[in-house]
Amino acid sequence: MQFGPTEEQQMIVDTVRRFVETEIYPHEAEVERTGEVPAELAEAIKSKCIETGFYACNFPEEVGGAGLSHLEFALVERELGRGSMALTHFFGRPQNILMACEGEQRERYLLPAVRGERMDALAMTEPGAGSDVRGMTCSAVRDGGDWVLNGTKHFISGAEHADFIIVFVATGEDDTPRGKKKRITTFLVDRGTPGFTIRDGYNSVSHRGYKNMILDFDNCRLPDAQVLGEVDGGFAVMNEWLYATRITVATMSVGRARRVFDMALAQAAEREQFGQPIGKFQGVGFQIADMITEIDAADWLTLAAAWRLDQGLPANREIASAKLYSSEMLARVTDAALQIFGGMGLMDDLPIERFWRDARVERIWDGTSEIQRHIISRDLLRPLGA
Amino acid sequence: MKVLVPVKRVIDYNVKVRVKSDGSGVDLANVKMSMNPFDEIAVEEAIRLKEAGKAEEVVAVSIGVKQSQETLRTALAMGADRAILIVAADDVHTDIEPLAVAKILKAVIDEEAPGLVLCGKQAIDNDMNATGQMLAALTGWSQGTFASELDIEGDSATVTREVDGGLQTIKIKMPAIVSVDLRLNEPRYASLPNIMKAKKKPLDEKTAADYGVDTAPRLEIVKTSEPETRKAGEIVGSVDELVAKLKEAGAL
Ligand SMILES: Cc1cc2nc3c(=O)[nH]c(=O)nc-3n(C[C@H](O)[C@H](O)[C@H](O)COP(=O)(O)OP(=O)(O)OC[C@H]3O[C@@H](n4cnc5c(N)ncnc54)[C@H](O)[C@@H]3O)c2cc1C
Repeated sequence: MQFGPTEEQQMIVDTVRRFVETEIYPHEAEVERTGEVPAELAEAIKSKCIETGFYACNFPEEVGGAGLSHLEFALVERELGRGSMALTHFFGRPQNILMACEGEQRERYLLPAVRGERMDALAMTEPGAGSDVRGMTCSAVRDGGDWVLNGTKHFISGAEHADFIIVFVATGEDDTPRGKKKRITTFLVDRGTPGFTIRDGYNSVSHRGYKNMILDFDNCRLPDAQVLGEVDGGFAVMNEWLYATRITVATMSVGRARRVFDMALAQAAEREQFGQPIGKFQGVGFQIADMITEIDAADWLTLAAAWRLDQGLPANREIASAKLYSSEMLARVTDAALQIFGGMGLMDDLPIERFWRDARVERIWDGTSEIQRHIISRDLLRPLGA
Repeated sequence: MKVLVPVKRVIDYNVKVRVKSDGSGVDLANVKMSMNPFDEIAVEEAIRLKEAGKAEEVVAVSIGVKQSQETLRTALAMGADRAILIVAADDVHTDIEPLAVAKILKAVIDEEAPGLVLCGKQAIDNDMNATGQMLAALTGWSQGTFASELDIEGDSATVTREVDGGLQTIKIKMPAIVSVDLRLNEPRYASLPNIMKAKKKPLDEKTAADYGVDTAPRLEIVKTSEPETRKAGEIVGSVDELVAKLKEAGAL
C-alpha cells in the first residue's frame, strides 16, 4: 500500500490547481452575477486546456486522449472541483460513454469530442422519470428503416453548449416476473436535427451559469447510424460507462471542500471576538477538526474507489459510497464554514454562500443520496437473500 | 547554442508566510514549495528561444536541498531538455547565499559551456537580486539585468531593461548573463504529455563539494519579523470631518 502521489501525479495536481487559480477563479464573480459564461471566455479556457494537453485527458491515447488512469483523472477532477462548474465545463472532459462509438461514429462524434471540436451532453432524466430511469416515456419507434423519437428530457446540463447529445429513450417493453420492464436504446442526436429542440430549463440555486436545459423531441427522425451501442442495449451502455459521473461528483466535492476549508481555517485564525481569534474557542476549533477529518476521509474513500477501477476490481459499491459520503461531507463542510464566517458568510460579497448553495445539488444529481444508499445496501444484502 | 537556466525552490507565492517563533527565519516545514516565479519566466524564455530555432538545448540547474529535484522536474515538464541537481544543504531552512550559488554556477558554466544564462532577477524568498550580477562578475561575461524584452541576433543580444521610471535598451555581446523581469513573458503550464515525459529526461545529481565550493553562510540573520499589520480604516461622514481627523493625526 502506498499513500501518496508519484512525482508525475503531484505535477498533474499542481498544474491543474494553478490552471484553476489563474484561468477560472478571476472570472467566477462575473459568472455568478450574470449567470452567463461569455463565449470568448469559454473559448479561451477551452483552447488553453487543449494547448496543455489536458483536454479529454480521461480518454485513452489511441483516440487522442492522455490515457490517464482513473486515479489520475480523479486527481484532475478534484482540483477542477475547486472552480466554478460553469467555467470548468470548458476544461473539457467528454462523456467516456463515447468510447462505445463504432465505425464512422468515431469520426463523427468520438474523435471530434476528444479534440475539443464538438461538445457533448447526456440526457436521461425526464419530468416523470428521475431516479426511476426505467420509468422514462421518451420513446423511439421504427418507421421504415428509421427511428422516430418523441418526448421530453429535462435537467440536461451543458446542453446549451452541446453540438450533439447522447440520449437514452425507451424502444419497447418486456414482460418480466416483476412486471413490465422498458427496453432502452442510446442515440446520438445532433443539434439542429429536425424535430429536436433545446430550450432553457429552470433557474437553479446551485452552480449559476452551469445551465440545465429542456430537450423536446417531436417526430424527430433518426437513421440506425445514430444508435450508440446495440438496439435495446441502453442499460448495458449505461452500466459500462456511467459510473464515471458519480466519481466526478465525489472528486469535485472533495476539491471544493478543501477550498472552502482553507478559507474557514484562515477566518478562524484571523477573526477576533472577545479579544482572541475565534478558532481558540473550542466550539470553533473542534468544528475545524471535524471538517478536515471528514474531508480527508472523503478524499481517501474517493481515490480508493478510483484505484479499484484501475485494478479491475469490482467498484460499484465503493463508488456509490464515495459519491454519497463526499457530497454529504461537502454539505456539512460548507455549512460549518458559513457558520464560522457568521453573518458575512451569507452575503454575496464573499464566495462562501455560493459554495453553500452549490453544495446542495451534489446530493441530488447523478443519483440521489437515497439511490446511492440503495446501491450500497443492495450490493451487500442481495447476496444474502435479503 | 545551449541555454543554462538556474531555478530555485522557494515557498509558493500563494502561501501565507509565517515567521518561526524564534525569529530565525520563515517556517518552511510542511509548506507548499514551488519554482521561483522569476525563474519560471526564465525557463519559458529559454524554451521560446529553442522553439524559435535560436537555441538547441535548455539545461535547468538547481542548487539547494535534495527536494529541489521537484523544481527541476517542473522545468523539464515545461520543456527543458535536461537538468542538473546540485545538493548543497540537508535542512530545508538552509538558504545558500548568492555568492556561493554564483561560484557553483560558474563551475557549471565551465563544464557545460552554455552560450547564455537566463536567470530570474531575484528569488521571492529573500529578494537578494544578486546572483546574476555576481555570476557575470565571476565569468567576465556581459550582463543584462531586469529584462522585459530579449532579442538575440548572432553574437549579440538586445535587452530591454525595466529601470526606475522607464525602459532602457542595451546591446550586449554574447555569451551573456540575462536576468529576467516579470513582464518578459507569461510562462506556460506544464503540458500533460511533457509531465509524463519529464521523468524520462536526464537529471544529473551532484553536490557542492564536487565543485569545491564552500557554501558556509557569510551573513548572519539577526532577526526575522512579520510586517506590521495594517490597522483598520475608518469611514468619515464629511470632508470637514476628514480634515479634522487628518489634523488630529498630524498629517495636515
Ligand atoms: C442541476 C441539475 C442538472 C442535472 N443534469 C442532468 C443531466 O445532464 N443529464 C441527466 O440525465 N440528468 C440530469 N439531472 C437529473 C438528476 O440526475 C436527477 O435530478 C436525479 O437523478 C433525481 O431525479 P429527480 O430529480 O427526478 O428526483 P426523484 O427521482 O423524483 O426523487 C425525489 C426524491 O425521492 C427519492 N427517491 C426516489 N426513489 C427512491 C427510492 N427507490 N428509495 C428511496 N428514495 C427514493 C429521491 O432520493 C429524492 O429524494 C440533473 C439534475 C439537476 C438538478
